[in-house]
Amino acid sequence: MSDALSRLLADRDWLLADGATGTNLFNMGLESGEPPELWNVDEPEKIRTLYRGAVEAGSDIFLTNSFGGNASRLKLHNAQDRVRELNRIAAELGREIADKAGRPVVLAGSVGPTGEIMAPMGSLTHNAAVEMFHEQAEGLKEGGADVLWIETISAPEEYKAAAEAADLAGMPWCGTMSFDTAGRTMMGVTSAQMSAMVEKLKNPPVAYGANCGVGAADLLRTVTGFVASGNERPIIAKGNAGIPRFQDGHIHYDGTPDLMADYAVLARDLGVRIIGGCCGTMPDHLRAMREALETRPRGERPTLDEIATKLGGFSSASDGTDGEGPTRERRGRRRG
Amino acid sequence: MADNDDEIILSELSDDELVQQMMDDLYDGLKEEIEEGVNILLERGWAPYDVLTKALVAGMTIVGHDFRDGILFVPEVLLAANAMKGGMAILKPLLAETGAPRMGKMVIGTVKGDIHDIGKNLVSMMMEGAGFEVVDLGINNAVEKYLEAAAREEADIIGMSALLTTTMPYMKVVIDTMKEQGIRDDYIVLVGGAPLNEEFGRAIGADAYCRDAAVTVETAKDFIKRKHNQLAAGG
Repeated sequence: MSDALSRLLADRDWLLADGATGTNLFNMGLESGEPPELWNVDEPEKIRTLYRGAVEAGSDIFLTNSFGGNASRLKLHNAQDRVRELNRIAAELGREIADKAGRPVVLAGSVGPTGEIMAPMGSLTHNAAVEMFHEQAEGLKEGGADVLWIETISAPEEYKAAAEAADLAGMPWCGTMSFDTAGRTMMGVTSAQMSAMVEKLKNPPVAYGANCGVGAADLLRTVTGFVASGNERPIIAKGNAGIPRFQDGHIHYDGTPDLMADYAVLARDLGVRIIGGCCGTMPDHLRAMREALETRPRGERPTLDEIATKLGGFSSASDGTDGEGPTRERRGRRRG
Repeated sequence: MADNDDEIILSELSDDELVQQMMDDLYDGLKEEIEEGVNILLERGWAPYDVLTKALVAGMTIVGHDFRDGILFVPEVLLAANAMKGGMAILKPLLAETGAPRMGKMVIGTVKGDIHDIGKNLVSMMMEGAGFEVVDLGINNAVEKYLEAAAREEADIIGMSALLTTTMPYMKVVIDTMKEQGIRDDYIVLVGGAPLNEEFGRAIGADAYCRDAAVTVETAKDFIKRKHNQLAAGG
């Protein structure tokens, strides 16, 4: 239990993670299409402001601005040679802010997906994926990240490759997947399957869970699946602040700070240990979440109906864990 | 003992049984078996266009429906599309020779400012799997790039994808430019991406919002059929 995150988890009932990175940076003037990671070097003050926003709103954990900092994503901007540098600086800026917080704050090095489809369906091999994630992990480690934070993953193969990279870098890690397709990840993984998968890894994560996906309600249905699996590893919930709506030519996330406060309390009552937001979650949301977590008494574990009532309905009838999902009758098959 | 373990000899099946089996094999993503089935049907004198539509496209339609309904997920669909492509590789030169009707051609890319391409890539693969020709413009496309490519390729469909709430409004820029140039109705405009919805598609003047790759294929087929009907009616 030597890492900063495990120590905090041992001390505290729940931890507040941070909110959106992209939504905040766009509000500070990031042009769409521009890779946020370049701002680590070009606009360091704005990145400090991003980090400070989360810490001052009460986050116990915040993520570095390095989500797309792997060679595959940076190649789209011809910056594939800057992986180490951009990740190191993302973490160095974060280290400054975390160390000045006046309380223990965990700096988590964000690692997002490669955006490629892994072999045999796609072209990215396991070894190439491990190498890419490892390069990024070393940069984050060098810059002072306490823990690697692998997020928004869809494919189990990619999750495993990132886990292996964390092992190579000698880093503790957390890993969340994005459940956005009928309650599963894009690649069809259910919450129960993910729970089982993490326990089979050689170096299991400090905590695992879900981020992004559809809305806050769907995310907590996924969490319900993690809890039901019986896995006792700490769970992470980082849900979007509602769902994006197009209104009068503008787009905004419909989740208010009040809704995210309800979401945070429901997550805690479900047994989630690390609670945060994802897209659309701003410092105001985080403040409301923190206040609610500190002031509202712990309640019974909420049912799916209670979650749907407070946060809005689910995007699909089944999430694939209840045996109620649609199936197809097959004729005789060649194999099986 | 007619159990499932019996080896299936494709060449011993009747046409109907073979087509049924090919649909199953597509569903299971068995590329070599699909190639074999295509060759057998051709040897039996089937027109290449019939092999395409009655066996392969019909089979992929089932795959598409099950993807839409949350029965199949991306990995299975990609395997099926890959098997379909194996069959298409055999049929493509024959279809050209016999002057069979084209399924349709699509230019597709993520809009200016948007670098998230996995959804767009899935749509490309599924559209190719369904027999469409696809010209992939990659990421971060300005309006000029869409319109030049659509004209150059004599495309039927322009497909635009965006993952970000900050980039999806650019789709309207493309459509408005098409209107200004008087070419809006020359193309079927399909839009997609995680933060979009039908209401947004209507608001910006797209022909349709497509929720996922399977819906895109179905929608594209629908619109192409309507276009052919209009042409046939002299409209």
